[in-house]
Amino acid sequence: MIIFESVSFRYTEQGPPVLRDLNLEIPAGELALLLGATGSGKTTFLRAINGLVPHFTGGYFTGRVSVDGRSTRVNQPRELADLVGFVPQDPVSGFVTDLVEDELAYSMECLGIDPPVMRRRVEEILDLLGLTELRNRPLHTLSGGQQQRVAIGSVLTAQPQVLVLDEPTSALDPGAAEEVLAALHRLVHDLGITVVLAEHRLERVMQYCDSILLLEDGSIRSGSPSELMQTSSIAPPVIHLGRLAGWDPLPISIRDARRAAPPLRALLANHSPRIQAVPTHSPRIVEIKKVHFSYGDKAVLRGVDLDLDAGEITALMGRNGAGKSTLLRTLVGLKTRSKGTIHVNGVDPNTLAAKDLLRHVGFVPQEPHDLFEALSVAAECKSSDSDAGCPPGTTRALLALMAPDVEDGTHPRDLSEGQQMLLALCLIVAAKPPLLLLDEPTRGLDYPTKKKLGEVLRGLANAGHSILMATHDVELVAELATRVVIMGDGEIVANGPTQSVITDSPMFAPQVSKVLAPERWITVEQIAHALSQELA
Amino acid sequence: MTPRWLHPGAWWLWSLCLAATASQTTNPLLLGLLICAAVIVVAARKPDAPWGKSFEFFLFLGAMIITIRVLFQIVFGAGLGTTVLFELPGISFPAWMSGLRLGGAVTLEALLGAFYDGLRIATIAIVIGAANSLASPTRLLKAVPTALYELGVSIVVALTFVPQLTSDAARIREMRKLRGRNSKGLKGFASLGLPILAGALDRSIILAESMDSRGYGRHQKETTLGRRVSVTLVLGSLSLALIGVYSLLTAGTTALVAIFIVFIGLMLGGVTLWRAGRTRIRTVYRPDIWALPEWLVSIAGIAVLGIFFTARTGGDQALILTPALDTWPSLPWWGILAFGIACTPAITTPPPPAFDIEISAPTSVEART
Repeated sequence: MIIFESVSFRYTEQGPPVLRDLNLEIPAGELALLLGATGSGKTTFLRAINGLVPHFTGGYFTGRVSVDGRSTRVNQPRELADLVGFVPQDPVSGFVTDLVEDELAYSMECLGIDPPVMRRRVEEILDLLGLTELRNRPLHTLSGGQQQRVAIGSVLTAQPQVLVLDEPTSALDPGAAEEVLAALHRLVHDLGITVVLAEHRLERVMQYCDSILLLEDGSIRSGSPSELMQTSSIAPPVIHLGRLAGWDPLPISIRDARRAAPPLRALLANHSPRIQAVPTHSPRIVEIKKVHFSYGDKAVLRGVDLDLDAGEITALMGRNGAGKSTLLRTLVGLKTRSKGTIHVNGVDPNTLAAKDLLRHVGFVPQEPHDLFEALSVAAECKSSDSDAGCPPGTTRALLALMAPDVEDGTHPRDLSEGQQMLLALCLIVAAKPPLLLLDEPTRGLDYPTKKKLGEVLRGLANAGHSILMATHDVELVAELATRVVIMGDGEIVANGPTQSVITDSPMFAPQVSKVLAPERWITVEQIAHALSQELA
Repeated sequence: MTPRWLHPGAWWLWSLCLAATASQTTNPLLLGLLICAAVIVVAARKPDAPWGKSFEFFLFLGAMIITIRVLFQIVFGAGLGTTVLFELPGISFPAWMSGLRLGGAVTLEALLGAFYDGLRIATIAIVIGAANSLASPTRLLKAVPTALYELGVSIVVALTFVPQLTSDAARIREMRKLRGRNSKGLKGFASLGLPILAGALDRSIILAESMDSRGYGRHQKETTLGRRVSVTLVLGSLSLALIGVYSLLTAGTTALVAIFIVFIGLMLGGVTLWRAGRTRIRTVYRPDIWALPEWLVSIAGIAVLGIFFTARTGGDQALILTPALDTWPSLPWWGILAFGIACTPAITTPPPPAFDIEISAPTSVEART
């Protein structure tokens, strides 16, 4: 269905090739998963399928990409619109109309499809993706998962044979991600659509895919999941577990892993998981008492009580719209609570001037580049020193420690997503705020970058910062957090040590815990540690 | 009535008629009534959607217009009237600079005159703002002729960027605060420019890509001859229309000839649009219907304009108010009638669909979480 013939691409004449002499074929009806480190050219590859690369980006393109016999050399993206549906990374920016129904019909209007046919297809897609209730809603009032489903539906109405998705679940909570992936699974099975998708959170998608395309240094290796996963450095926890336990064939899904697990269970029977040391008797940093907040007449926080100590890494979880972001913003004084008291380091953040705020609480937003304002990394670090009132060079030294490969002259927006996150973290941490807040820090990060970020955060916690991060990433939570707080509908519904909270909840359980339940193992590292003791 | 979206064309016709009406008078009472009518209708029929929130901005814009107009009068004022309120230190430029004057005596009459004039412009802005919040700009696109569709899209994209920019500005100011900056004041405001522009640019590229990959702008190829004919038609119809309008406004030619030239120009324009529309393949999904409520709304607008127009041709003194202190603006009976008619859409139209919104999202950051 999709054929790449000796395709090479570079953005500038002298620049490094992003794609290097690719030859591959993706057969019809397959769900192919594209893997690769951040910045390895996944988005470029996806956009080459419908001709956005090179027609929209410019650059030096050689070779030939053809979809169902139509080449992107002679066809603009719009001429392939009836064949390839492309869903960009951020669906909101790609919405053209205001209402769900109009958005679904937009492609068909452009293709000049007869009104009665349009009418029928819109109804079909509304049913297929479970959007019937939302048909009249303005797009901006939908939740993230609903928006993503509308974005998929809006390209499906043109009845494409190929669907290309760029990180469709990266912004979604585990439940909403399931929703979207289940819809995709159904499309592949019922309609025989060929799907190519890129995703960092392999633990979510691995079980659904038929083949894997592994993009490294501009070249692609393709193969079946169990074959490629034997050696791939990018792999979800269940694969690491399988490799550790020496299972053959390597199980890809939780279900397969559970069936292979009994011998491992027997080995582990006499061990209990090693738990991260939780600091005791450390000073209290945050006290939140009976905090309420509402937008208009909609209550977002209802009586939240929470205490945080120095040295803790607390994960704040819960579905989209549960009030996580609002709680973080209330803590940093961006929102003013309607009732209750907040003490951060002994003071109320709402009473602090911007200059003093940074010395009490730091907040790294979801889009770290929002924090940047200078034209180079060096200038950014310099202005951070003066903001934080620390000796010149402090921020730069911090950055050199966290991300040694970042160069001074680079424009902050040109850094990779992982580097942007680390730079933003340095800008905030330079002032040594006792409380550090992070909103969805691992969105768009690959496994190695996530690991790096985890090490940095653990170091900061050991240095006495109290860290509170809102996240959907259950694997990160399992590896890193000492405590988990789950929010639902503006209230705290669970608050306790990571081990017990996440193994209690099927929605927030990491893969290892799903495989070995009811035992409370949560990371591959714990099991490796237990096995090494068993052998010794 | 069952809730549904009213045809956006009806709202725009109603509001443009009110705007034309406002331009005919400086009577503050009549203008005030027109603003009231707009506020009443918006309050009754504003949808609970992002574009519905723009009306407050237009009210604010109206207030700004009046303030600026009055300030200009104080600074560059020509001293009309005799009731001097206060004196500003003034400079008079020599006659070869057309006798421009800065400052000087500020009279109550001059201020009143400036206020009436500002109020008139503000009223026009507010009634147009009413249409903007009652009808979604993108829905209006459905009714645009195929040939003008692409032009329409660029205008709509530009329009929807304004609310986006304000929410971006709010977000980036928050981020400034996080870095320990004070973003209040002029300097703080100026430093927002670059990040906002960078964000807007990123977003417009994503939107353009998304539109293109969904088939926007597909059309059949035109022959070279066909393209030449199109260009000639466009230029011809535009120049004819311009010449016609010019002769209408100047005294040189007779009105009949001028109207004839405009008519020919418009006809040619119609042919051009039709020809251009043929090569497009666009269809429209569920076009908005034009039923009784739409007729009532349009008729209400036209009737208001008609009443004022009749009064003006009849030489009614209530329309033009000379800023004198001894005359209180009069409120003629037909003004009240026109106000009543202008308000009827608040009752005669179906309400917009209501949604049960689970999360209200004040900034784009939260909309994405």
